[in-house]
Amino acid sequence: MISLFILSAVLMIVDHMSNYLDEVRSGLTLVLTPILVAADIPAREVREIGELIRSRDDLKSSLGTLEKELILLKAKTEKMAALTAENNRLRDLLGSAAKLQDNVLVAELIGIDPNPEKHEVIIDKGGRDGVFVGQPLLDAQGLMGQVVSVSYFNSRVLLISDQSHSVPVQVSRSNLRLIAQGTGATNALDLKHVQDTADIRVGDLLVSSGLGDRFPVGYPVGIVNKVDHDPGRPFAVVTATPSALLDRSRHVLLVFTEEKLAKVSELKQGGGDG
Amino acid sequence: MADPRIGGLWVIFITFIIAMVLSIVSLPDSVPYELGYLRPEWIVLVLMYWVIALPHRVGVVIAWIVGLLTDVLLGSLLGQHAIAFVVVAYIASSLYQRLRMFSLWQQSIIVFATVGVSQLINIWIENIAGLSEWNMWYLLASVMSAMLWPTVYLLLRYLRRQFNVT
Repeated sequence: MISLFILSAVLMIVDHMSNYLDEVRSGLTLVLTPILVAADIPAREVREIGELIRSRDDLKSSLGTLEKELILLKAKTEKMAALTAENNRLRDLLGSAAKLQDNVLVAELIGIDPNPEKHEVIIDKGGRDGVFVGQPLLDAQGLMGQVVSVSYFNSRVLLISDQSHSVPVQVSRSNLRLIAQGTGATNALDLKHVQDTADIRVGDLLVSSGLGDRFPVGYPVGIVNKVDHDPGRPFAVVTATPSALLDRSRHVLLVFTEEKLAKVSELKQGGGDG
Repeated sequence: MADPRIGGLWVIFITFIIAMVLSIVSLPDSVPYELGYLRPEWIVLVLMYWVIALPHRVGVVIAWIVGLLTDVLLGSLLGQHAIAFVVVAYIASSLYQRLRMFSLWQQSIIVFATVGVSQLINIWIENIAGLSEWNMWYLLASVMSAMLWPTVYLLLRYLRRQFNVT
C-alpha cells in the first residue's frame, strides 16, 4: 500500500510538472472511449426525442428562418471574402506577416466534466483529425477555450470561464490590451489589472489579441458589462460577459491557423478536411 | 466460466464500468448545471461493496487501477483518484468484518465518512496543485452517496448471488 502511495505521488508530480505522461493519458483515454460515448447517450437521446416530437409546422417555419439566415450569411461571406483578400493585399504591401484566413473543423461536444467547478468539455475530434494541444475552440458567437489533452478519437477542452484559464484580449474600440480570466461561472470573465484611467466602457467588445501565440487575433471573447472605479482599490473592477454560449453550444469549431494547417497536412499527406 | 474460481469475476468488472459511466454521464441540457454537485460517488460505492463482500478479490491494488482509470476519465491529475480510492479500499478492508455486522443505515454512516475522506483527499490535492478551490458544496456528494448506499448494496448483493461471484 505504501508503494502504491509513493507511485501515485510520483505520477501526480510528474503529471503536474511536465507532459511526459500525455502519451499514457491519451492511450488510456483511447481504451476508455466506449465509456465516454456511453455516458453521452442519455443527453443525446433526450435531444433526439425532443427533435422527434416537434411538429411539422414548427420544422417548416424553422427551415424558413434558417434558409433566410443562410442567404444573409452567404451575402456577408462574399463581402468578407473580398475584404479579406483586400486586407491581405494591403498587409502584403505593408510587409506585415499576419493573415486573417483561418480554417476550421466542426466538432461536437460529447461530454462535460461532471465537476461543476471545472469547466472542461470533451469533443468528438482527436489526434485522428489533426487536433493538437493548445488549439483554440470557437462557437458561432466567439472564443470558447483551448484543447488541453488529445486522444485518438476525442480531446478535452478547457473553457475560458474556468478559474485557471486566462486569455489575452484587447478592447476592439481602443486597442487596450488586457487579460481576461475565468471566474468559474459561465457568464462572467474578470479583467485583471485595469488602470483606473484606462479607456474602457460598458458595452466594449473584447477580441483576442493574439499575444502569447495561443489564440488567433480578432475573435470575439466577450462584452464588458461592468466597470467599477473603487477608490479603495489599486485597479478598476471590470467584468465581461463571454460572447460564446459556453454552457449551451453543442457544435463547435476548431481553428487551424495557416502555419499549423500546413504542418498537419504535411503529416497527413494532404488528407486534411479542415 | 469453466474455472469456478474465476466464475463471475466479470460481474465485478462490469459493475465498475457502469459506475464509471454513471459518474461522467452528461445530463440533458435542460437540467441546471449546479445539480452536478449532487452526483454521488458511484465508483467509491461499488468499490466499497466489493471490498466488504470479497476482500480477497478486490483490495487496494484493484482500487488503485480503478482510480487511475477514473483520473483519465475525469481529466484529473494521474494518481489523484488512485490515492483516494486506495485509502477507501484500505478503510473498507480493515473494517469489513465489523461492517458486515452493521445494519444498512449504520453502514451508510461509514460510507458517508469514507466518501468524505476520499473527497477531502481529492480537494486537498487539487488545492495543492492550485487547480480548484475549496467549496462546501462538494460535501453534498457524500450525503447523496450515503443515501444511495442501501440501494447499491442490495442491488450488488443480488447480482453477486445471482451470478455466484466468489
